[in-house]
Order: sequence, then C-alpha cells, then structure tokens
Amino acid sequence: MALLEVNDLKTYFRTDDGIVKAVDGVNFTVEKGKTLGIVGESGCGKSVTCLTMMGLNNRRNTITSGEALFKGEDLLTMKPSKLRDVRGNDIAMIFQDPMTSLNPVHTIGRQLVEAIQLHRDVTTKAAKTRALELLKAVGIPRADRRIGDYPHQFSGGMRQRVMIAMALINDPDLLIADEPTTALDVTTQAQILELMNRLQREFGSAIILVTHDLGVVAETADDVVVMYAARVVENAPVENLFNRPHMPYTWGLLGSLPRLDADMERLTQIPGQPPSLLNPPRGCRFHPRCPYVMNVCKEKEPELQPISNDPAHLQACHLDEQTKDREAAKLLAGTLAEVS
Amino acid sequence: MYRYLIRRLLWAGVLFLAVTIVSYIIFFLVPAEPARLIAGPQAPPDQVERVRKQMGFDDPVVVQYGRFLGGLMPVSFDGGPHLKPPSLGRSYATRQPVTEIIKDAAPVTASLVFGGAILWMLIAVPIGILSALRPRSLLDRSAMVFVLIGISAHPVWIGLILIYFVGYKAGLTPLGGYCDMIDPSTDCGGPIEWAHSLILPWITFAILFAALYVRMIRANVLEAMNEDYVRTARAKGAPEWLVMRSHVLRNAMLPIVTMLGMDIGLALGGAVFTETVFGLPGLGRRAIQGLEGFDLPAVMGIVVFATVCVIVFNLFVDLLYAIIDPRIRLS
Repeated sequence: MALLEVNDLKTYFRTDDGIVKAVDGVNFTVEKGKTLGIVGESGCGKSVTCLTMMGLNNRRNTITSGEALFKGEDLLTMKPSKLRDVRGNDIAMIFQDPMTSLNPVHTIGRQLVEAIQLHRDVTTKAAKTRALELLKAVGIPRADRRIGDYPHQFSGGMRQRVMIAMALINDPDLLIADEPTTALDVTTQAQILELMNRLQREFGSAIILVTHDLGVVAETADDVVVMYAARVVENAPVENLFNRPHMPYTWGLLGSLPRLDADMERLTQIPGQPPSLLNPPRGCRFHPRCPYVMNVCKEKEPELQPISNDPAHLQACHLDEQTKDREAAKLLAGTLAEVS
Repeated sequence: MYRYLIRRLLWAGVLFLAVTIVSYIIFFLVPAEPARLIAGPQAPPDQVERVRKQMGFDDPVVVQYGRFLGGLMPVSFDGGPHLKPPSLGRSYATRQPVTEIIKDAAPVTASLVFGGAILWMLIAVPIGILSALRPRSLLDRSAMVFVLIGISAHPVWIGLILIYFVGYKAGLTPLGGYCDMIDPSTDCGGPIEWAHSLILPWITFAILFAALYVRMIRANVLEAMNEDYVRTARAKGAPEWLVMRSHVLRNAMLPIVTMLGMDIGLALGGAVFTETVFGLPGLGRRAIQGLEGFDLPAVMGIVVFATVCVIVFNLFVDLLYAIIDPRIRLS
C-alpha cells in the first residue's frame, strides 16, 4: 500500500470575485521512503495541494473534496483532534520562507521542545536533549550554545535547517517541503538539498518536494508530478520525465532551462500567462498557450493516461504518441543533456 | 544597556527643560496681573506695586525662569551648599505650596486613571480578540459600532448621561465628588465608598480608551494570525488555544503593552473632562482652576508633574519593550 494516495483532490476557495478552483482534481501517490517532486508555475496549485492535505486552509472559505489516504486513513475527513496528532508527528511540513516561519519571541530551543512535547509525554530536559540531537544532525554549529538563541540571530539558511530539525524531530513518515529553498541563495540551496537527501536516508521518511525549479527536482526526486492550472498534466519517474517528456507544457518547462554545454541565443518561452482559476479555459487548460493545439484540445479535457510502453508514466494530452516521441527527441537533442 | 539608559535619562532632562520653558513662555504671553491676584482685588495700587517687587515680577522672564528652576533643584546654595526639598513655589491664589496642591490632587487622578485603565483593558482585550477571531460576524460588527460610539461621544456627555440615569434616576451611585480611600473626609471615606464614588468616573474615562484599544487589539490579532509562524505552529499539531496563547497573542499584545504604558503616563497629567464632570479634585481640574485664575505656580507645578509622569512612563515602557521583545534586547 502506498504511504499516501491522493485521489481526485479538489480545493475551491470562496472569494468576493467568485469561486477560485485552486486544486481541481489532482491524483498522485507517494511511496514509503521515496521523494515525490511536484513541479509547476506559481499559482498552479502545488502549495494549496499540500496545505489541503495538512488541513491548514482557512476552514471558513474553503471547500474540499476527494480523498488523501495516509496509511489508509483519509486526512480530509479526519477528526480535527486526530489530524492534530498526525501533524508534526506522522506528517511534517516545512515552508518557503524561513525568515518568517519561526516565532520571533521564543527561542528556537523552546520551539523545538514544543514540537516534541505536543506529541510525546517527555520531560522538558529529555525534549531538549532530543532537540540538541536534531540541531547537530542538521548541521547547526555549536548547537548547545545556539539552542537558547532567538530566530533573528540566525541566517536564512540556518533557520531553514532549524525548520527541518523541527519537522523531523518526531520521526515523521512523510515530510512535505513547500519550496524549501526558493528563498535561499544557490549555495545554501545546494546545502539544504543535500541535507534533506542525507536525512531521508537516515530517517527513512518519504518526501514531497514542491518546487518550480526543475534542477532541484532532477537532483532529489524519485518521481515527478507536473501541475498546471490546478491539475496534474504529467506524472512519471524522474528519469523518464527528463528523458522522454510527453506533454507540451513539460517541453516548455524543460526548454526554458539554460544550458552550459550548448550555445543558446534565447531561452524558449512559453507564450502567454497561466489561466485564471476563477474561470479556467474549456477543454485542455493549456490549449491557449500550446504550439501544438488541435481542435479537440479546445473542447475536450485530456485525461491523465499512461503511455503505451511505460505504465508508470502518465500524461494528459491529446497529441498522438508518435508526435510526442518525435518532439521529445527534438527537444532533448536541441536543449537538454540526458539525465543520469 | 547602561549607555542606553544614560542616554535616555539625558534626553528626558532635555525634554523636561523644553516643556517647562514653553509653558513658562506661554504664560508670559498672556496678559495678566499676578501681583494684583496675590494682593487681592481690594488692594490699593502701591500695595500691588510692593507685591510685584517682592515677588520679582518685574524681572525679565529668563531670570524668573531661572528662579523657578532653582527652586526645583534639591540643593540650595544660600549660605553654603545644603540639601533642600524641591519647591514649586506657592499658589498665587491660595498661597499654598504647590507641592501640597499636587500631593492632594495626584492620588485622585491616580485612582481615576489606574482604575480606568484596568477597566478599559478588561473590556477591550476580550472584545478585541473575539472580534479578530470572528471577523465580519455579528459580534465583530457590533464591536465596531461600540468603537465608533466610544470614540465619538464626548466624555462630558457620557459622564452627564451616566450621572443622570445611573446616579440621579436610579440612585445607584453618588452624583460626584471624591471619597478618599484612607482618610475619611466629612462626607465619606474608606475603600468601599471610594470605589463606589469612582464607578461612573471610571466608566466615563475608560470608554474612549476601550474603544481605541478594541480596534488596535483587533487589528494586531488579525495581523498576527496571518503570520507564517502561526501556520508553522498549526503544522506542528498545536491545538488552537496554544496557538493563540503562545504564538498569536504573545506577539499581538507586544505593542499594546507599550501603548498602555504611554497612555497611562499621559492621562496621569489629568483626565480633565472626567474630573470636571464628576467634581473630582484631581490634577486636571486643579490645572484648569489655575489657568482661569492665572495662577502660574500652580499650573507650572502640575505641568512639571505631568511631564515627569510622561517621561518616567515612557522610559519604563521602553525598558519593558526591551525586556519582552528579544529582537530589541539582543540587537
């Protein structure tokens, strides 16, 4: 049984302008100990998907449907008290901006201890010992002195490490990381990703890594889900996605990556803007921007289906497979080296 | 930390001088005849002249101000340096030492202000928090109506309405006047009567501040609830009450605490309207009386006292903020 199975997840927000369909039928699974990357532009619904699973949306104006089965139990219909047991314990989440994700008036030691004592009946002393362990594991130098420091006394990268420590402190089965490195500079980004990989091997947690950066995905993910306009448009193991992408949007994403080993005059752009989620386009949501658009794309929404010789690789596009193979090959020859 | 303290104290001194100088100058720009006031309306002109010379009213303003400051100092150089109690002069009207006037009036104002502050916080904190937790609900909208009324209605009007309906018609409280908590005067005394006579004044004084604080607390709590670290706390599995207490309120109330200190410091200078409506012999009322009678020493004395209160409370509030907000303490 998969650790997490998301089926037809929908999250709609009631706003003054109407109902925003932030997540509109999303399916994916996460296996134990593996990393799933969720990729997409800003506003495609990837963060909202995670917040919905954790029950962190504003209950007053959110409508949710579908199911998110974690070890067989649906997170979306779980009793709030049970969901609180799960949060921070079996499923942990870290967020994008480490500068504001920690409470400025409590020491990080106290916030770490809080994370433990919410779920374990231990003395503060024991909790502090465990907190120190985690701080050392995430690479905070002189952890025993810094545990009494306040968040503003740490740099962004250090704060994100603290967040990771806080997330892993109760040995969760699943860690959801919502753009954990977006707000950090590139070198720190690399360090954090390496840290996450190492900790995954040590702790054995599965990871959902939400990002808009394909480079990050290539380095850390085992499987990838590509989202566009609140839906999943492609879902494949990472090598398959990079070696044989099968959806024009994915081609656009990969084509817009700069290369060091080829001369490029311009990066390929995907023309146009992501659609409004108040009123998504009929048929395939990508059709207004798709260079391969056909009449059927404007009427009928493509379903997520496996490609013929690779059942693990799902894609949602009306183009026939031969065309897609051809275009994918062209793309790889022209713009991308093979992913090892 | 100590350098900060010394700097603040020096600034306080500068502030004090500035305020007293301005007050002194304003007084001297007003045409008045203090000598006549002291001598009495019946006194013949040469007696008035004698008083004027005796009091030094013919000396330039600077000299008179210097004399005033000298009186304020705890040291005197008359006949060798020695300690003396700081003096604020004597009232022109009653010849009473101004320090005595303040000693009598300050406890009245203090009772009104501190009691009023407790009352307004007891009203504002729960309403502010509940309004923020349920924005745009019936409770929230009613609270905002209350805020509008509280800010718009004049304390004199509120006081008179309360006196009429609660004190006069319903007979629930005395109509005015002050009962000392410790020394019984001719009419009343003791803690119970003290509190009883202050109920309406407390309500009148507190309404404006309660209204302002409800709005501030609501805004601060709403803002704090949208902060990322609150989301982190929920993601850790914290129950709502803990999220509110440790994360939301702990941050939202920081600026409120400091505002409270400053508002109290300011109000200690005299809650003029409330004291007037209820006939409370506090600093505000005495200051008004002093102004009407051109009683410079009395007014200056109260100005000095009020300034000291504001400066002290502001300093206290700054230090408090440094203690409770680690970002300031450790920067």
